[in-house]
Amino acid sequence: MKRREFLAASVAALAVPRLALAQSAYRRLLVLVEMKGGNDGLNTVVPYADSAYYALRPRIGIARDTVLQLDARTGLHPALEPLMPLWRAGELALVQGVGYPQPNLSHFRSIEIWDTASASDQYLSRGWLARAFDSDPAPAGFAADGVAVGGHDMGPLAGGRRAIALNDPGQFQRQARLVRAEGRSANPALEHILRVEAEIAQAASRLSADVPFATEFPQSPFGNAVRTAAELAANRGGVAAVRLTLDGFDTHENQPARQQRLLGELAEGLAALKRALLEIRRWDETLVMTYAEFGRRPQENASQGTDHGTANAHFVAGGRVRGGLYGAAPDFGALEGGNLRHAVDFRSLYATALGRWWGLDASRALGGRFPTLELLRA
Amino acid sequence: MRRAILAWSLAAWAGAVQAAGMGADDARHLLERTGFDAPPAEVARFAQLTREQGVDLILAGTHREARTPLPPEALEWTDPRTLRGMTPEQRKAFQQELRRRALQLKGWWLGEMVATDSPLTERMTLFWHNHFTSSMQKVRSPALMARQNALLRRDALGNFGALLHAVAKDPAMLVYLDGARNRKGHPNENFAREVMELFTLGEGNYSESDVREAARAYTGWSIDPADGSYRWRPFMHDRGVKAVLGQTGDFDGDQVLDILLAQPSTASFVTAKLWREFVSPRPDERELGRIASDFRASGYEIRVALRELLLSDAFWAPANRDTLVKSPVDLVVGTVRRYGIRYDDPRPLVFALHQLGQDLFAPPDVRGWPGGDDWITTQTLLARKQFLARVFRGEQARMMSPMAMAANVLAPEYQLK
Repeated sequence: MKRREFLAASVAALAVPRLALAQSAYRRLLVLVEMKGGNDGLNTVVPYADSAYYALRPRIGIARDTVLQLDARTGLHPALEPLMPLWRAGELALVQGVGYPQPNLSHFRSIEIWDTASASDQYLSRGWLARAFDSDPAPAGFAADGVAVGGHDMGPLAGGRRAIALNDPGQFQRQARLVRAEGRSANPALEHILRVEAEIAQAASRLSADVPFATEFPQSPFGNAVRTAAELAANRGGVAAVRLTLDGFDTHENQPARQQRLLGELAEGLAALKRALLEIRRWDETLVMTYAEFGRRPQENASQGTDHGTANAHFVAGGRVRGGLYGAAPDFGALEGGNLRHAVDFRSLYATALGRWWGLDASRALGGRFPTLELLRA
Repeated sequence: MRRAILAWSLAAWAGAVQAAGMGADDARHLLERTGFDAPPAEVARFAQLTREQGVDLILAGTHREARTPLPPEALEWTDPRTLRGMTPEQRKAFQQELRRRALQLKGWWLGEMVATDSPLTERMTLFWHNHFTSSMQKVRSPALMARQNALLRRDALGNFGALLHAVAKDPAMLVYLDGARNRKGHPNENFAREVMELFTLGEGNYSESDVREAARAYTGWSIDPADGSYRWRPFMHDRGVKAVLGQTGDFDGDQVLDILLAQPSTASFVTAKLWREFVSPRPDERELGRIASDFRASGYEIRVALRELLLSDAFWAPANRDTLVKSPVDLVVGTVRRYGIRYDDPRPLVFALHQLGQDLFAPPDVRGWPGGDDWITTQTLLARKQFLARVFRGEQARMMSPMAMAANVLAPEYQLK
């Protein structure tokens, strides 16, 4: 081989895998579930053997004899029973102590930090997934790189060029007939509208709608969102990431009844998602991760509720997840201003999704290196 | 004599107007920004006025009460203690009645916005609803939401300090941000945090310790279950010393609110929000500083800030025209007013607002509707197109059956425990 040919061949060898990587990477789906309002992680993944936990929560603590015991120290809230088959199958990872340094206790600032993967004192405007799709775009044939289902914002997809919001793919396609995507404008508001029109047109032309599932989805708004996620996963056009939102976790008062209902909805929804994805053989290609702006204060308040806190427990589930407990159990002896110290930076979860799930260079979107978690099977 | 002077001054005024009218473009801009639409007759009338005359005429036309009467049962309060004695069937019927009243209240406000002769009054009432947020989803009482709406309208162009003090003790707010559950020894920080972050100072202008200390000061504010009115419960109030924003004392809640009002950041925070509502998405820092400082110097007279904003160069600058995306309320109410669309049943319009992302009396969270470009997503843009297409096909009355609407709009509300 002549030197020039050799060079050309190596350039090709370098270039092709990069493209092929992106093509194949996004065949794997990421489903993010926002537990909006700030779920109380301590009553979700319960340290039932820790007497300090019951001392801090005399009225709302989850009684030892009702938790779903995972090991000698840790149990799940009883409403999470529908997730136990996943736990037993080794497909559910629980990450405790997820947070970030210098925590902010405002709903809006803290979710902005989570959505943009910023540091506590850093202000970024675009979502972390939007930035990931900048560096490594999804294939051109995809209907969208990310879809926000429900919720009132685009969250980690905010500012993405091919991110869409929809509740029902079939309805979306029917309504999209009204769209005429053309033109540009120097007026920023109008330009925004035109850009959204173009996103609709692109997505609508590639979405295949109304996939019949044998799976029965829960009769709830979250159940409907899960059905939409499954339809998107079945979609021929392709979608790399889906964000679902379950709202109502800001339990300053009457937490036991409200959290019971919400965690039940979450668990039944995720269990249905697994059944639906098994039906279309995509459960092994799907990673589900929960997130929220913060956890809640260890000390209960007087309203049978909890105020804003810091570190939190989160779920990671999927056919390739290595189930088990990750992170660190809460240390009530080392509270800071009454709140938990974090053990796992939330950006480590993102780095795991970007780097280990999709095989991308996570530092490009996250603006730094964060250790990944060993919670995926090869 | 007096009448003669009046007649003379009116004539002189009319003469001056002829000379220096703002013209149709400015008139349309002013009317659209301060109202819901710009009907041709109004545009023609305002075109003859100077900008200052136009702004003053709009400000002079505001009122403190709605013109459309509330449905008689809208303010009826049910003592929550009576729920305990109810059978499951009675409870179900009660919940259905609450849903009906909630829908009725939404339709009533929409009707007031359509019928009012002072669109600015309703724009400002909505502005404060989106600032001092409360949601039916948590408050669960249409009566308390109706009372709060009356309070917001009464002070919509009054004094911001008075409004803050009143809304802090408003029963709907005491439920929404758990103020009524905040007790000595067991503070609930929800209101204490949001009042600093979202109602006055803005994020970054207070510490976590300020939140905790202030929460203690607000203890003792409560609701009388017999009639749903505000009630002071001295035995629940924490009389101890609190340190808030560098000041120390045995403060009660009103004193802490005064400490918040004394901070310059409160004036700039609220003025910036008014700017984004009426002028442009991005405030000019120098102009904002000037108006905020006048607002504060006036003792927080909302009219002062609003008048200066509407008469600022930035308000009239060509670069700032057509830069604010219409809210769903703007779009729906404006369309109905502009084209004189008649309807017997407001519910399809209420449902349209829900689909476009602005369900009245139910903002998404305590920050309210973010507004601006966020009104337009792939989802809501399609809903807007569909709404307009249906309106102009004369189909708005058939948009959805009332039963399906009620199920869609109200499903998550009123889930009594």
